[in-house]
Order: sequence, then C-alpha cells, then structure tokens
Amino acid sequence: MSDSIQEPGSRRLIMSMAIAGFISGFIIIAIYLLTFDTIKENKARELQQAVFKVLPGATKMQKLHYENNQLVLVHIDGVDDEMIFAGYDEKGQFIGYAIQGAGPGFQDTISLLFGYLSTEKMVIGMEILDSRETPGLGDKIFKDMDFVNEFKGLSIKSDLKAVKKGKKIKETEIDAITGATISSKAVVKIINKAYKKWSPQIPPVGNEPAWVENNTAQKTESQ
Amino acid sequence: MMATDNIAYEEMIKGIWRDNPVFVQVLGMCPMLAVTNSAINAVVMGVATFFVLVGSSFLVSAFKQWIPKQVRISLYIIIIATFVTVVDYSLLAMLPAIHKELGAFIPLIVANCMILGRQEAFASKNTVKFAVMDAVGMSAGFMIALFSLGAVREILGVGALFGFDLFGPDFEPWVIMILPPGGFLTLGLLLLFFNWMTEKRKQFLIQLAEVDNETIKVKANG
Repeated sequence: MSDSIQEPGSRRLIMSMAIAGFISGFIIIAIYLLTFDTIKENKARELQQAVFKVLPGATKMQKLHYENNQLVLVHIDGVDDEMIFAGYDEKGQFIGYAIQGAGPGFQDTISLLFGYLSTEKMVIGMEILDSRETPGLGDKIFKDMDFVNEFKGLSIKSDLKAVKKGKKIKETEIDAITGATISSKAVVKIINKAYKKWSPQIPPVGNEPAWVENNTAQKTESQ
Repeated sequence: MMATDNIAYEEMIKGIWRDNPVFVQVLGMCPMLAVTNSAINAVVMGVATFFVLVGSSFLVSAFKQWIPKQVRISLYIIIIATFVTVVDYSLLAMLPAIHKELGAFIPLIVANCMILGRQEAFASKNTVKFAVMDAVGMSAGFMIALFSLGAVREILGVGALFGFDLFGPDFEPWVIMILPPGGFLTLGLLLLFFNWMTEKRKQFLIQLAEVDNETIKVKANG
C-alpha cells in the first residue's frame, strides 16, 4: 500500500468519530426539544377530539383513574392505559365514559376508544386511535362509515359479537365487514375485553364523577 | 464559466433520467415498495429523502478532507442518521397524520442504499456545488419514481388520487394493487416501460447518426 505512510493514527480516527457523534447528539437534542411541545399538544388534541367523537355532545373532558375502589381525577400530563375519560356538556352535565382498549388486529395492535353510556348499558361511538391494518381491506374498520356507525347505540348487555354481513339478529350483534372479518372481530373483541375490565370499576348510575371546575386535569387538556 | 454551469446542470439532470436511482440503478427498493400505496405517502417519502440526501451530500462534500478514509462509512451514517432524526421529529410535529402512516419507514431512510451510495460514489469525490446538484437530481428522480408508483397503485387500487375520488362509486377497486404484490407488479411494469423507452431513444439516436453520416458522405462525394 503506497498510502500507508499517510495513514492517520487511531487517535485521529477516534477523535473524528467522537466529534461527529457529539455534534450529531447536539442536533438531535435540539430538534427533540424544539418539537417536544408541539408533539405533546398534537397527541393531547388528538385524544380530546377522539373522546368528543365517541361521546356526542361532549365539549369537556376529565381524565380518571381507578384507585381505592373509586374513580379519582388524574392530575398529570399525558395518558396511560389505566385511564378512563369522562365527557361533559357545556354546563358540566355528565354524558358518558370513553374507554380505551387495545389488542391484536390482523397485522399489528389496534388501539381504540369507545363511548359508553352507563345508564343504558350502551356503546355510543367508536374511534380507532392507532392501527396498521391492510390498506383497502382491514382499514375499513375506520374508513367504512357503515361499520363505524354500527357502534352508535349498540347494546352491550352481553358480549358483543361480530356476525356475517346481513346476519345480525340480536341487539348485541354487529355486521362484520366483508373481506375484513378478522379486523372486525378484533375490534369487537377489544371492546369486550376493555368493557369487562372497566364495568366493575364504573360507579353505579347516579354516582357519576362530577365536573370539577379549573382542576389541573382539565387545564392540561384545554391548553 | 459556461462550461462548468453546463456540467453542473448535467449532474442534476442525469439523476432524473439517464441514471435514475430507481429505474436504472434499482436502488432504494425498500421504501419504493413499502410506502407507495398512496400518492401522498410517496410524495412525503420523496420530500423526506430529498432533504436527507441534499443535506448529507452537502456536509460530506464540504468536510471531505477531514473525513479519514478508514471511518468514512460510519461518519456518513452518523450524518445521514442525524438528518433522518430531524425529519422524523419535524414530521411528527407538523404532519402527525402522515407520520402515522409512514411511521416505521422514516427511520429506515438511514438504511436507504441510494443515499449512502451517493455519498460514497459522488459527494466524497466532488465539490460542494456538484455534490448538491447531484443530490437534487438523484432525489428528484427518486421522487418521480415514488410518485409514479404511488399514483398508479392508488388510482387502480382505490380509484382515487391524493384522496380525491376519480371514478365514482361504481368503480370496483383492484385491492391487490395496494397490497404488496401490487407494488411488485407495478414496479416491474414501470421498469419494463422505462427500459423500452431508453431502447427506443437509443435506436432513434443511432438512426439520426446514420442519417448524418450519409449526408456527410453525400456532400463529400458531391
């Protein structure tokens, strides 16, 4: 090798890598800090919109946790799996609960939110938050409005069941999407699972959590 | 001055047709097949790649004399990965809906061999001006390829373009076109079309040259 005379020492190699790594780390931290607030806001707004969508009429919401045999307000930023949301109208009148659920779909985890009316034992709306179902087939669980609208006023007195399109008899049954049976069944299964988990924790009718004006949980949402 | 301008222009143009990264070099196939199920995804992926490629080519070319040969690939990867992270967070903040769709494929731009290939083959050996020109051309070519694939697949597979319905409710979409096999089919057909065009052009140029030769001969004889 003719250029072996000029070969730089290992110190120079390490130094150049270290400098590049340092600059790169600095840029990444800068962009992370720059976009952090917007990303957090986007996520909060997305969730709030989803809650208002599954609880028609709701204009305010509170985040709740199940603690010591009752639902208590949550005063932290962000959302975790152990939260349930309560929707209220303009005057602070309780409308219903929005319950989160997640489970395996056809390709990846589907996470969704559904509105629940405890007085009627009814699902009053469903919104897919995140999914990677097959475009054109499985993604009909949120693109096919006929399917989505089936969850507006669906009795959940017993387990929901997805049946072949047109075969719906009972009030707890819904028509699956043709060509996306697995995804439709996954949605139903996720709702059943989440409902089983939350229904013993939801207080009896008449004891709904009241709207608390100017609490921090509400403040973080209205930002 | 004119001459270098022409060469720089040539460096840019070659990426779009003669050396198109997808149709001629057949590079960057992973994003090509994965994110082209709709035209908008393809365009955003193209813009993201454009930003990463132009940025990295500029830096690699500008710092080429300080980059030791032995660790150059690792340094290119650090530079590319930094730009990709910037794109990733910016998309998440500005276009969250599209970021959701492209999600897993944005970080994978780091592994797009087309980008690393341009650093190794071109940016590390040329001046900043040429490197940037080359990067603009290459990413434009990549974007055109992504867009043509995405548009064909969305038109046939959904019956829409950029989400606008084209054929009305009676159209039965060819669902296979937005599934992975549709990507391979469309890519194959586009490659065929591209090669056929190139062949045609070559024959036309040969014919043109022959005609020229004959006129020269005729003139010489006459």
